[in-house]
Amino acid sequence: MARLVVLGGGVAGHTTATFAAKWLGSDHEVVVVTPNAKWNWIPSNIWVGVGQMTKKDVTFDLAPVYAKAGIDYRQAKAVSLNPEGSESSDKPFVTIEYTSADKAGETENIEYDYIVNATGPKLNFGATPGLGEGSQLGEHTVSVCTADHAVHASEKLQEAIEKMKGGTRQKFLIGTGHGMCTCQGAAFEYIFNIEHELRKAGVRDMADIKWISNESFLGDFGMGGLHMKVGGYVVSSKLFAESLYAERNIEWLIGAHVSKVEQGKVAYELLDGSTGEETFDFAMLIPPFAGVGLKAYNKSGEDITDTVFAPNGFMKVDADYTPKPYAEWKASDWPRTYQNPTYKNMFAAGIAFAPPHLISKPMKSPNGTPINPTPPRTGMPSGIIGKAVAHSVCDMITKGENAHLHEASMAEMGAACVASAGKGIFTGTAAAMTVYPVVPDFEKYPGTGRDTDYTFGEIGLAGHWIKHILHHLFIYKAKLNPGWTLIPE
Amino acid sequence: MSNEVKIVKEEENFQKNEQYQLTMIPGAFARRLRTCVIFQFIRFIIINIKMIIVVSKSH
Ligand SMILES: Cc1cc2nc3c(=O)[nH]c(=O)nc-3n(C[C@H](O)[C@H](O)[C@H](O)COP(=O)(O)OP(=O)(O)OC[C@H]3O[C@@H](n4cnc5c(N)ncnc54)[C@H](O)[C@@H]3O)c2cc1C
Repeated sequence: MARLVVLGGGVAGHTTATFAAKWLGSDHEVVVVTPNAKWNWIPSNIWVGVGQMTKKDVTFDLAPVYAKAGIDYRQAKAVSLNPEGSESSDKPFVTIEYTSADKAGETENIEYDYIVNATGPKLNFGATPGLGEGSQLGEHTVSVCTADHAVHASEKLQEAIEKMKGGTRQKFLIGTGHGMCTCQGAAFEYIFNIEHELRKAGVRDMADIKWISNESFLGDFGMGGLHMKVGGYVVSSKLFAESLYAERNIEWLIGAHVSKVEQGKVAYELLDGSTGEETFDFAMLIPPFAGVGLKAYNKSGEDITDTVFAPNGFMKVDADYTPKPYAEWKASDWPRTYQNPTYKNMFAAGIAFAPPHLISKPMKSPNGTPINPTPPRTGMPSGIIGKAVAHSVCDMITKGENAHLHEASMAEMGAACVASAGKGIFTGTAAAMTVYPVVPDFEKYPGTGRDTDYTFGEIGLAGHWIKHILHHLFIYKAKLNPGWTLIPE
Repeated sequence: MSNEVKIVKEEENFQKNEQYQLTMIPGAFARRLRTCVIFQFIRFIIINIKMIIVVSKSH
């Protein structure tokens, strides 16, 4: 009997663990180590953050679902990996620390045959002075990255709405809280949902809304933007993004590295090296992401974290990490199997794997401050990678360790993304987008780097309906309800 | 020639900020289409088909 340990029960880890448990049956063991008792459909946190959904609507208890799937669930966080075992045993193990109320703080070593790191991001608020400490959100701004953060954001939004109703103007500042952030899409959704809610509440004319981000142009989204066919033209996402901001009267400040946050004020540096300040009454700034800080030790207990993880804390996989100038970046730099090059029984899926480089063009201010979006790994790629990794591990277990590995390169897969711009069955809108492939391949698609037959975007009520259906569909799937395997990632 | 002021509501934002002047802003028809249930129902089907194709090319 082999044991697969999956670290992280988010989009990627949940997909890996549930498919592996289904394919392996009771002949082998699947263990999930994840610190939260609840699963969270993160994309809908946006709607929690504007009071249109509750925490309960976007979360559910993991324990009964894992019990149904025959998965051994440990409510704990992984702390370190010993991929060579210890001096007394060759069996690799992971050290975990329990977070459940009954065992909080207790540690345990869990031996494994295969391990998948799907621990997602550390929300690195501490990277910007005043934005927070470590992974803890600070007191000056709000966040929608977790369901609890979103509940808090919604309360603050209601307070701001009350102030506007009482005649006090409010300034909203939404975007990224550091020059190296990703996840611009989430901030984009939040700013348009706020604008929509303020109109509904009849206080839009009392609000100044401003976007601040590290993108060098609006509509970059960490993917270097995208081009799509519209009205016989092939146009950049920049034009559509700017159009939407202008239509909704939302100003933008781009190419900005937020260097400090204080009560009601952020300091920033721009790509041209100039600095400035922006005031706010309400701010939601996405933190930069880093790896969750797992350590790794060899058989004799020496620290080998640098061998297993990249400096940003994400796990090294089969990518080409050789530093190269932008002009030499290739689609083939991106990983295909997500296997760790040193330890073949170790994989990373979703945000936890270290990308070879950015997707957007790297940029620096004259002062040397990098100001560019880091690559997004959104829900669909995270799910597809999680499933491919599950497939590979199951084959290695059932067919032998030299079994052919399944591949899921982000340079060969597309992503469908629906960015909400306001909720409402007849009044809502969302930008429905697909990109193919996620990582542009300029050798295959000279010009835009993508297949413009499958890269498109449009805004409307249809997008909102799709977003709403996806909310229910993915929660249904994650709960492993009948037919769950038929719903694609 | 009349001196009447011609107000087109959708175009007013062009003047609200210099940033907005060099982009495009949808007119009344394009805006109405976004929430027109019949048109959006058709778009819903088309977008779903396109997304299914992209999803199937990615697995
Ligand atoms: C507000 C917001 C909106 C978004 N909207 C969209 C959208 O509309 N569409 C889209 O495609 N994507 C969206 N995304 C991105 C999407 O949420 C991510 O792509 C996806 O969650 C990544 O999956 P993951 O499994 O890698 O990470 P996660 O889903 O974050 O899962 C990581 C898991 O690991 C656990 N973990 C952390 N540390 C440890 C540890 N030490 N040991 C064990 N487990 C650990 C975490 O608790 C978590 O359960 C959004 C993101 C945000 C923040």
